[in-house]
Amino acid sequence: MKSSDASRLTLILLFTPFALWIILLVILPQIGVGWLSLREKLGPREYAFGFGNYLDFFREPIYWNTLLRTAWISVLVTILALFIGFPVAWYIAKIARQRSRAALFLMCLIPLWVSDLVRAFGWILLLRETGIISGALQWAGLSSGPVELLYNDITVVIGMVYTVVLFMIVPLVSTLDGMDNALLEAGYNLGGSRLTVFRRIVIPYAMPGIVAGCIITFMLAAGSYLTPILLGGKNSMWFTEQIYEQFVTRYNWESGATFGVLLLVFTSGVVWLGLRLTGQNLASTVAKE
Amino acid sequence: MTARTTLIARLLAATACATALCIGAAQAETLRLLTWGGYAPDNVIALFEKEYPDIKVEVTLSNNEEMVAKLRATGGAGFDLAQPSHDRIFAAQSEFEIYKPLDLTQIETGKMQANLLEAVKANTTIDGAVYAVPHQWGTSGLVVDVTKAADVKDWSDLCKEEHKGKTSMRLRRTILLGMGFSLGYDPFALYNDTAAYSEMLDKVADKMIACKSVIKTYWNGGDDLSTLLLSGEVVASESWDSTAFKLYGENQNLVYVPPASGALTWIDTFVIPAKGRADDAAYKWINFVMRPEIVTIMSDSTGAIAAVEGGIELLPEAKKAAVKLAFDDAAIANMKFFANIPPGLEDIEGKVLERIKAASGN
Repeated sequence: MKSSDASRLTLILLFTPFALWIILLVILPQIGVGWLSLREKLGPREYAFGFGNYLDFFREPIYWNTLLRTAWISVLVTILALFIGFPVAWYIAKIARQRSRAALFLMCLIPLWVSDLVRAFGWILLLRETGIISGALQWAGLSSGPVELLYNDITVVIGMVYTVVLFMIVPLVSTLDGMDNALLEAGYNLGGSRLTVFRRIVIPYAMPGIVAGCIITFMLAAGSYLTPILLGGKNSMWFTEQIYEQFVTRYNWESGATFGVLLLVFTSGVVWLGLRLTGQNLASTVAKE
Repeated sequence: MTARTTLIARLLAATACATALCIGAAQAETLRLLTWGGYAPDNVIALFEKEYPDIKVEVTLSNNEEMVAKLRATGGAGFDLAQPSHDRIFAAQSEFEIYKPLDLTQIETGKMQANLLEAVKANTTIDGAVYAVPHQWGTSGLVVDVTKAADVKDWSDLCKEEHKGKTSMRLRRTILLGMGFSLGYDPFALYNDTAAYSEMLDKVADKMIACKSVIKTYWNGGDDLSTLLLSGEVVASESWDSTAFKLYGENQNLVYVPPASGALTWIDTFVIPAKGRADDAAYKWINFVMRPEIVTIMSDSTGAIAAVEGGIELLPEAKKAAVKLAFDDAAIANMKFFANIPPGLEDIEGKVLERIKAASGN
């Protein structure tokens, strides 16, 4: 009896930091933001309760266009990250020798040791009109004048793929690592072509990893702030930038909170849709043992 | 209001604060400053702490919008002295009550330049109580590479086709006001007439959207702007005078030009947050940085002009030359002081800025 009490106490003590973290830093702020989003501002120090902030969002095309734009670019980033990440993960998990595997994995991790901000500035140095790539092109005679590669949507996509691709590689490597090579051999022995083996064996096996990677990269991309702001140009609006503007430069916390809730709901909706379309669920992907 | 800190500077400041917090824990009193990059240089802090060994100074770098947002989040707690611009006090105080009235007997107001002091007092008196005194002032105008774009004389010249892809501006309220003046309006006179002001903003938005094809990019901070100009990627831009004076120090072709329709003038002030805990130390700091010998060190770091009598003369030599080159008497007489922003106005402006940013132009 006593020992079970002790083990229960241990469990409670171990669980407490996690519970506090979830309640104080995730659930309570979410409730606060949700409540704030339902408060309508009538005038200085005058507030009412209602859905006016949400109606405002749908009445103003700039806002939902920005949200759709953010979602669309994030989906593009996710797809590109998958196409770039899969061969890398395949190489690390299946082709590389055991000894070099750790080194390769480490090489993927190293860029993450530098902050997002510094990496974004790295891209700026490379891509700006007087930057390294523009200079190299002129030196090689491929371009007659300086080339501006910064300040457009393509740059934003490149910068974000670079930032998030690691979060695609890690779940893919861990899934592919568990795949028995015998499965592939069996596929070939039964007369499957490379394409068939890839489509019928590798992809279904890797699906949980692919979906988990896609969810993480999509969420990271949609919620990123620095990369789109620093690399984007005069036309690039990003939804997180809208939220910042509402909170900070327009003193409009109510509408900023509304945007925050909408971003959460919208991205969750996209993830749900993705899970339905691929026939997966959260338990089989992100929470996989 | 000078060299608006980039995120790097902010991160550095945060680290510095964290360090200062650990070291300063044993000290008796802490003065927590919320200010602009350059407004609390290390050498001034060292001199201050030498004179008042029982006070420890902690600095957080910020900008106008973030200062108000930070103080609003805590109801005016967390800092003992803040430095928003003079037009950001009245509305923020009436709406959020984040500042406390100043005790003017504790401040050596006699040393301050009389017209600036009066302007700030007039803008920040609520129910008979004064909430701010001036510290540094400067203007927003244009910085121009005289060898390549000497014809840029007014805000709207940034949209000239012949400088396509070579101009820049900051997409904030300043440029809306500048363009308004350039189009022949007086935005400050329209502040209290929302309908007329919105109408002006519509015209300004049309102009700015048409202008997007000429603009290379919108800059975000002083560092951003400096790189664009020093690399030659941009030949004319909206600029703070302080940033432009710094650029002049590096390349004498980069000259500050007060726009023909008038340079927009701001005054950064001292205010005490509503729940500040070190008012005495705050007053000591205000009086300390207004001393002539400190003013010169401070202006060297901020690039702005102190609001004391003869503030221009107290500038370091190089900056004095740049100021005298930029401003003749007519330009000084033509300066337009930012008027108090009525509550709600920034929301209208915010929508216009969003519309401009979202509009597509190549």
